[in-house]
Amino acid sequence: MSALAPKFKLSEFIKSILDNAFWILFIVSLIGLPLIQILLFYIEMPIIDGELLTPFLAMTWLADPTRSLPILKAFMATDMFRVMAFPGFGFAALIAAATIFVERKMLAKLQLRVGPFYCGKIEGILQLAGDGLKLISKEIIIPAKADKPIFWAAPVIFVATAAAFVALIPVAPGWVVADVDLGLLGVFAVIGFFPIITILSAWSANSKFPFIGGIRALFQMVSFEIPLILSLLGVVILTGTLNLSEIAASQSSFPWIVFLPVGAIVFFITMLAELERIPFDLPEAESEIVAGWLTEFSGMMYGLVQLGTYLKLYAFAGLFVVLFLGGWNGPMVVPPFPEELLTGVEMGPLTVGPFPGLPLFDQEMLNGTLWFVLKTVGVIFFILLPRGVFPRIRIDMLLSLGWTKLIGLAFVNIFIALGLLYAGVLGPGGLQ
Amino acid sequence: MKMTDIMPPGLALKKVDERIMTLNVGPQHPGSGHMRIVVQIDGDYIVACDPDPGYVHRGEEKMAEYRNYITNVPHLERPVIHDSCNVLYPYVLGAEEILGIEVPERAKYVRVICSELNRCIYTMYWLAIYGIFLGHSTMFMWPAGDRELLIDLMEKVSGARVTHAHFIPGGVRNDLPANFEDVCLRQVNYFEKRIKEYAAVFYDNPILISRTQDTGVLSRENAIRYGTTGSVLRASGVDYDLRVKAPYDVYDELDVHTNVMKEGDSYARSKVPWLDMMESCNIIRQALQKMPKSGSVRTKLKPNPKTKGPATVYKRVESGRGSLGCYIVSDGKTEPYRVKMSVPSFRNLLAMPNLLIGEKLGNMPSVYWSLNYWPVEADR
Repeated sequence: MSALAPKFKLSEFIKSILDNAFWILFIVSLIGLPLIQILLFYIEMPIIDGELLTPFLAMTWLADPTRSLPILKAFMATDMFRVMAFPGFGFAALIAAATIFVERKMLAKLQLRVGPFYCGKIEGILQLAGDGLKLISKEIIIPAKADKPIFWAAPVIFVATAAAFVALIPVAPGWVVADVDLGLLGVFAVIGFFPIITILSAWSANSKFPFIGGIRALFQMVSFEIPLILSLLGVVILTGTLNLSEIAASQSSFPWIVFLPVGAIVFFITMLAELERIPFDLPEAESEIVAGWLTEFSGMMYGLVQLGTYLKLYAFAGLFVVLFLGGWNGPMVVPPFPEELLTGVEMGPLTVGPFPGLPLFDQEMLNGTLWFVLKTVGVIFFILLPRGVFPRIRIDMLLSLGWTKLIGLAFVNIFIALGLLYAGVLGPGGLQ
Repeated sequence: MKMTDIMPPGLALKKVDERIMTLNVGPQHPGSGHMRIVVQIDGDYIVACDPDPGYVHRGEEKMAEYRNYITNVPHLERPVIHDSCNVLYPYVLGAEEILGIEVPERAKYVRVICSELNRCIYTMYWLAIYGIFLGHSTMFMWPAGDRELLIDLMEKVSGARVTHAHFIPGGVRNDLPANFEDVCLRQVNYFEKRIKEYAAVFYDNPILISRTQDTGVLSRENAIRYGTTGSVLRASGVDYDLRVKAPYDVYDELDVHTNVMKEGDSYARSKVPWLDMMESCNIIRQALQKMPKSGSVRTKLKPNPKTKGPATVYKRVESGRGSLGCYIVSDGKTEPYRVKMSVPSFRNLLAMPNLLIGEKLGNMPSVYWSLNYWPVEADR
């Protein structure tokens, strides 16, 4: 056996685990427990309902639904829940993971192959988990001449910025992490960060191919931000607000894509470019510049960048839905809840319920979320589709497309919006 | 005329100044193959290009001097294993002339069928890589999958999926299996139908056309001057196909149509092999029709055949990449004195520096791979 592939022995593996367990117990019992005992003299223990809260009591309460459910309910009403779980990061990450899986399966069907197939028995459903595990367990290699602090920080900042973008997207009435009045302006501000992060990470790698990729990404993102912003002005003109929740609420009778199809098309194309999707994946063009600005990333750093990319993809699709497809508006398909779920069910001596979070997750919110997710998934599908159909475009063609054709079309869209406004069809005094 | 006038300017590296970045599109680059291209770029424009082949030199020609005329067969096909019948074809033709063997009529037709099948197999592989070089992943998967149709046919014929070693001096190794004509006709017809579908997804794709048209234009004069062959030459408007101009075996009895395009750009160079594949399907159908239904496919040879005396012979065939020549010198012994292969890949590579200088970096993969260049064959 060579040194590269050491022989795997189950007994040694178990022995290493037991070794670790021994040392952890050793350190905890010799240092940790005495330390806690000493500290307990100086800490005032909380007394709840006349009882001293010992760890044993805390565990007992966790198992008691009458004690734990109110805590859960209170947590659901906090901002932390919104940031972490539902309209925020957790929800977006779930959709991002589903997107990666659907993309791989869909492309595979398009190209007459099977795609992920073995991992997880059913159509390779656990392939993503496997890939994630692989990325986590891989060594992270930093180029010797890299500017290390920036190089380390870049993937984290990338994910953070993408998550900030996610925070601005309203999912259902009232369900948005950051409900700011200048939401659309916030979106433009967040989008403006991506080229900076890209060029910083590319430059800090101190390598030629990432640098070229970073320059390309910079060109591409900066030149497509202008048609992106201009294409959204039509919606702002007609609604008279920059608040994304209000824009979504204004489309209760019809989505803006009916009146502003040109703007929607321009926004969709610029969206593809901002997301670096084929046919605009020049910053990652593998046959020209290896993997572009991602070349030097390895292990979980690459995984983080991929996570950020797909979060960004979800956020852009959500933005398209909110601005042009009516956001959460749609026919009410969720049935009204039975009364017992809200008040609680009496089962002999016990009263079970109300179900946690029910007054919060009402019928309107569930219906809005359903329609939002359906529309977003549809938009994501159309973002993924060009990858199977188009080859990569060239940088000069890309720039001429952005600076001439798309900006021109965006102005056409603004004129349409202004015409509709001054003719009195829409806007104040019109249909709305 | 000085040597520097003939030499493409990219082969001489200029002095590097501050603006110019040197890129090693090297052996470990996803867009290079088994070779290195030293590219110097000024902004997005290529100012110098120095192709550096030789990473997979295996000394096939020297190896041929230690083996007799029969045992040379399996290793001489190694330079292009996807096109193994065609790569072996000129050697086999030359060895037959030196050994003085007559080839049965049926074997000649079997050779034509195998040669055309291999041309399609090679071109599909080439097309798949051309697709992925342009970022078109569907065009990578489709040819790689449809290629299996013909690989299965060749497996039925020779028993091996890729390295067939099927052509030997004196004919072919085995006769065709029973019922081969029907299966071959069916698969080839389906294959032709499939490759016609590529037009919709690839060749008529507006982004592909706008990206590859007018890039890396090789004029008719330059194409002849640099000595390019095959699809590169035909894409520049030169009607030159050895199957028509210098027919070997039974190509003179078949109706071969040559596909010529006048543009000489990357798009034309990528389209001519695709048209050639359809022509190959036609040739296979003709050969299946005209082939003698029975008869010997192999002239029996002694285990260590002796040549008649000192002789030299040069034979050429039209391979998947262009005219492939083999020069054999015999000194009357059982082994050849020298085997020299004149490979189309290396001839086409000579045009590359000229085409790439002045192009954008984004055009490098499309121009490079449109030259129908197989690095392993150039190194031999």
